[in-house]
Amino acid sequence: MSTDNETQIAQWRTAVLRGRTVDAADADELESHLREQIAELEASGLAADEAFLIAVKRLGQVDALTAEFAREHSDRLWKQLALTSAPDAPRSPFLVMLGFAALAAVLFGVARWAAGLDDYTDGSWFFRDASLFVLPVLAAYFAVVRRMPMARALALLAVVVVLAVAVTLFPFESTPATGAIVAIHLPVVLWFVVGVAYVGGEVRASGRRMDFVRFTGEWAIYYALIALGGGVLMGLTSLILTPIAPDAVGDVILWIVPSGAAAAVVVAAWLVEAKKSIIENLAPVLTVIFTPLFAVMLLVSAVAYTVAGIGREFDRDLLTGFDVLLLVVVGLVVYGISARDSARAVRLMDALRLVAVVAAVLLDLLVLVSMLARVGEYGFTPNRVAALGLNILLLVNLAVTAWLIGRALAGRPASRVERWQTEYLPVLAGWALLMVVALPPLFAFQ
Amino acid sequence: MNIDKDLVAAMATPLVLAILLEGKSYGYAILKRVRELSDGELEWTDGMLYPLLHRLDRLGYVSTEWGASPEGRRRKYYEITNAGRAQLAEQRRQWDTATRTLGGLWGLTAQAGAGA
Repeated sequence: MSTDNETQIAQWRTAVLRGRTVDAADADELESHLREQIAELEASGLAADEAFLIAVKRLGQVDALTAEFAREHSDRLWKQLALTSAPDAPRSPFLVMLGFAALAAVLFGVARWAAGLDDYTDGSWFFRDASLFVLPVLAAYFAVVRRMPMARALALLAVVVVLAVAVTLFPFESTPATGAIVAIHLPVVLWFVVGVAYVGGEVRASGRRMDFVRFTGEWAIYYALIALGGGVLMGLTSLILTPIAPDAVGDVILWIVPSGAAAAVVVAAWLVEAKKSIIENLAPVLTVIFTPLFAVMLLVSAVAYTVAGIGREFDRDLLTGFDVLLLVVVGLVVYGISARDSARAVRLMDALRLVAVVAAVLLDLLVLVSMLARVGEYGFTPNRVAALGLNILLLVNLAVTAWLIGRALAGRPASRVERWQTEYLPVLAGWALLMVVALPPLFAFQ
Repeated sequence: MNIDKDLVAAMATPLVLAILLEGKSYGYAILKRVRELSDGELEWTDGMLYPLLHRLDRLGYVSTEWGASPEGRRRKYYEITNAGRAQLAEQRRQWDTATRTLGGLWGLTAQAGAGA
């Protein structure tokens, strides 16, 4: 093969890799095909450059080829920056983002002012409804950027309005337990509303749902980073300005921090979209670090609890703690698989994941049995219903996940785990919705 | 003769699985076999085979393994799995039905189709 051909092949390879939907291993595969074709054509008497041209033509247009790869490997698109430079690019996303961030900040500030400045106690409506002033703005941002059809956007708006009316009209007693539960679950429900806007209404597509799950993880990381930066900024501000205006600084910061936090929700979402390749899949990297550690921790706890048994002194806080633990395990699994290089079987990580999940399930079963006995004794309270319900939902999720990971280790396709997780999302959304609209009336708004 | 694009797409999966049933193979060899079997009448953009193979891999119908070509290049081999065999059997049933139905109408291979 001539050196001329080598250059051409190298150029062709670069072009194929440019779209990032074809990874290096795929390019190897295609290149070896190309070379074999060239060799065969040359053997039949063609000149080197002719052989190259025909071989490339047979392989297909690079654009069409990468597009076909993109369809099969849509997860790789996630790493693409091209989203904003696509021909049907959203209207100047930066300005749109600034507008919505400002809107979130103002809405949140006004709501806070209307609620009374120092009204952060448990019974305050503001504490309960805070997410209503932020997350719908984020959903609206996505609806605009994604050019969502008007009918769908209005349907989403209707959902938000119904939720807002419901939680506003509910006659909560002062410092109600159900109010606190609404405060926790309302943001979750609204986050799913954001999710619908994020996927542009394509809620049935498993791949799009997975994109949203990825988005959620990256968003949380960006938000934490912005919060850190904001914390440093505020700390320095008060440090430097306090000598000049000791009284004003505290008040100003008290106003800026909540509104800034509200605006950061939109900014973080924009950053995830715009800078996908800067912190490329950081959430999966974190899971790689923490999956083994959590696996060890869970294994030790499971053994310890089995040996020592669970005492009678077991209250809701501990069950809530276990809910959080199960959520973390689900997160580790989801983000771990979301970025797995499906071409390469990462058996060790899968095995560790399986250990973590099985240990978590066993541990949780122990806790659940003891908790059920307790409920039998003392009856249901709003908190117990919420904690128990979530616990059972997560347990079912993890039990099936363990089964699927086990099958994947036995050689079955690992994509089942991913599909199971995305199929489970509506269940979680439905549960959160129940907690917001059904639980308070059931317990007479106590 | 140019076979309709949709028909080629529909044939692709059973065709590739059936070729792999003959034994482990790799992209270029699979395409050569397709040309051979169809006497060059099945026009197929070579590159499109690979996303298809990757899809079959994801669905668990084939397993993959990197090997080396005689010249020492990396080469990815595909092998049909049991799930792939089951899928092929299912597709074959469907194609049998399709050809029998059309054959019955066109009176071409009605006897052969009924016997299959």
